[in-house]
Amino acid sequence: MGLSGLAIYKLLPKTNCKECGFPTCLAFAMKLAARQVELSACPYVSDEAKAVLDAASAPPIRLVKVGPEERKVEVGNETVLFRHEKTFYHPPGFFYRLKDDEPADAFAARLEAVANYGVERVGIELKADGIALQSAAGSADAFGERAAQVVSAGLPLVLIADDPQVMEAGLKAAQGMAPLIYAANAENWETMASLAAQYGAPLAVFGEGLETLAELTEKIKGKGVEDMVLDPGTRGWSDSLAAFTQLRRLAIKKNYRPLGYPIIAFPGEGTEDELEEALLAGQYVAKYAGFIVMDHFDPASLYPLLTLRQNIYTDPQKPIQVSPGLYEIGKPTPESPLLVTTNFSLTYFSVAGEVEGSGIPAWLLVADSEGMSVLTAWAAGKFDAERIAKAVKSMGVAEKVAHRKIIIPGYVSSISGELEDELPDWEILVGPREAINIPSFLKQFAA
Amino acid sequence: MAASVPSVQEKWTGKVREVTLGALPADGGTRGRTVTVGGENTLPFLHFEGEVPHRPAIAIEIWDHPPEDWSPILLEAWGDVLQDVGAWAKKAEEVGADLIALTLDSAHPEKGNTSGEQARATVRKVLEATTLPLIVYGPGQVDKDNEVLVAVAEEAAGERVALGNCEEGNYRTIVAAALAHGHLVIGKTPIDVNLAKQLNILISDMRLDLDRILMDPTTGALGYGLEYTYSVMERLKLAALMGDSMTQQPMIVTTGFEAWRAKEARVNEGVPAEWGDWTKRSLLWETITTMALLEAGANIVVMRHPEAVKKIRQVIDKLMTKA
Repeated sequence: MGLSGLAIYKLLPKTNCKECGFPTCLAFAMKLAARQVELSACPYVSDEAKAVLDAASAPPIRLVKVGPEERKVEVGNETVLFRHEKTFYHPPGFFYRLKDDEPADAFAARLEAVANYGVERVGIELKADGIALQSAAGSADAFGERAAQVVSAGLPLVLIADDPQVMEAGLKAAQGMAPLIYAANAENWETMASLAAQYGAPLAVFGEGLETLAELTEKIKGKGVEDMVLDPGTRGWSDSLAAFTQLRRLAIKKNYRPLGYPIIAFPGEGTEDELEEALLAGQYVAKYAGFIVMDHFDPASLYPLLTLRQNIYTDPQKPIQVSPGLYEIGKPTPESPLLVTTNFSLTYFSVAGEVEGSGIPAWLLVADSEGMSVLTAWAAGKFDAERIAKAVKSMGVAEKVAHRKIIIPGYVSSISGELEDELPDWEILVGPREAINIPSFLKQFAA
Repeated sequence: MAASVPSVQEKWTGKVREVTLGALPADGGTRGRTVTVGGENTLPFLHFEGEVPHRPAIAIEIWDHPPEDWSPILLEAWGDVLQDVGAWAKKAEEVGADLIALTLDSAHPEKGNTSGEQARATVRKVLEATTLPLIVYGPGQVDKDNEVLVAVAEEAAGERVALGNCEEGNYRTIVAAALAHGHLVIGKTPIDVNLAKQLNILISDMRLDLDRILMDPTTGALGYGLEYTYSVMERLKLAALMGDSMTQQPMIVTTGFEAWRAKEARVNEGVPAEWGDWTKRSLLWETITTMALLEAGANIVVMRHPEAVKKIRQVIDKLMTKA
């Protein structure tokens, strides 16, 4: 995979001219190895060295971009098989399939539903990603017209057609939108490859079995097309899991270039109903798909899937934080109990979930602990009396809550004395250590 | 010319232990069938590189008194059987459970504080109502857990019931009861590989055989910490396959309990329209949580909604089909 600093140094001019901004070629080589600088910073590097270094520094799974800049879907560039090893970087795009022979008003309505879907979760806006337009009428005009409609809605496109003439009509309508062409196969690959080259569009490649697929991608690469997406032809649960796992391993562990591209998946094919489609889409989120083409648009399945995607693609080293603030759980009144906790997302969700589950409306004050859990934050001095007092004073708590009682987590009972000094008007109560015991605590408290 | 694609089959040196729940009459129990989980020597459902001898099992969670705080969707789905733990067990078997997971919730000090004697009667009733193997959970309060689980262990002697939960601060009494009466235990630890290992060690130090221990890594529901559980399970499964003996216990997760605690599943008042239809969304909350954790290595999933169970059964069928 990546070359070492010394291996890179051997390919550099070794003149120490400093024009790259580093004192020596060796220092520059080290920065290159750490991927902290671009090779183009060296004005004197030979073409030969460039080719070697480019090839070595290319990611094991190519980054492929689909759609206009504002709503682009970028997938690939993954570096691990399991999210705990580092993180998964580029979440898969959800594309909803529309056929070009649908009645105009139905088509427009579905397009609008997909385009306008958006919902916030833990402070992050979740959206549907695009449309997969399939030629069903077999007419270039119909396909081009519908593609233009999707383009004017500003959505990224996957264009699905076997007939190169039909495909070209779609590509013409979507110029500059980098639509994904689906798909080149053993019969049509030459024409599809030239269309991809001509329109600067990424190309999905369909081949049953990894050998066939690898052979095709190599041939297409020979025609100058670099941005490809793989469809190994599997459709069901276990065959897709096996194929996608092998593809990911080939790229990451073997650096196998012919199959070092993102994967496209079709959960609506090979499943029996909408519910199963959504579940298989879930497998594809967890296990390695880059583009997921859905047949049924329904917020009731999209929202859980977007949540799953957010979960799986959260960086394990940088857990999502909740914004500090005073949160309402249920519909609290000024008399409702007030609890304080940290802004580590899991802590917040555990506490908020238990308070919610207790059926007793309450105020939950989330202090800024820099994303640490209660004990960790306490140990690091990020959840001490001073910080809690600051939260109480800065979040307008006294205006919303009529009483002057604050419940702190059981794990930080030792700070209650200090907190009394910081908040002389307040009574400090020690709550349970574990969130799970909050409901019974609140019930006693309210009684 | 066909391209030659390198092989990416892993040669794992370890495998997950096989654990059998339930005992047939010939083995001192009264169950109509037993359920064996574990035994796989590859990651979940990767039939191309290893053996997955036993399909993951689905347990349906039933309570010993009507669960008033459950989502109306669940209450409606089960209907009248909620009033009678025996009828509920029977119904759970009918809708496709492999195992019955009985929660003795009424023993909780704040929810009835029922006694060990009542726990005996309940477990007897359930054993008579179903032929499936049992998992029995205490109410989740240390003293009462010990009281009712000891009573259950005696009453169901020889049945290979999985008793839960053992936790680091409270496992001795439950393990001793399992040892004395031929049962299994579930060790539960808070989303951490080393704590899970540690508890397995502590339990096996009491001489309970390793083929009588299940581990519960603590479940986070979709949107509520799922990713933590997912990754800890993947790490435990990888460690097991790499030969780390104390991580090789089959894993049990309580996806029904966790998913139905989520606001998305439980309520429909004042939620954004973008969350979509309540019933469908809540079914997906339970099934996606379950599906994701099956892919991460769950060997037993404890579920709640009958339709969700049917769907997951279908998914497991398909995942167990070799490509």
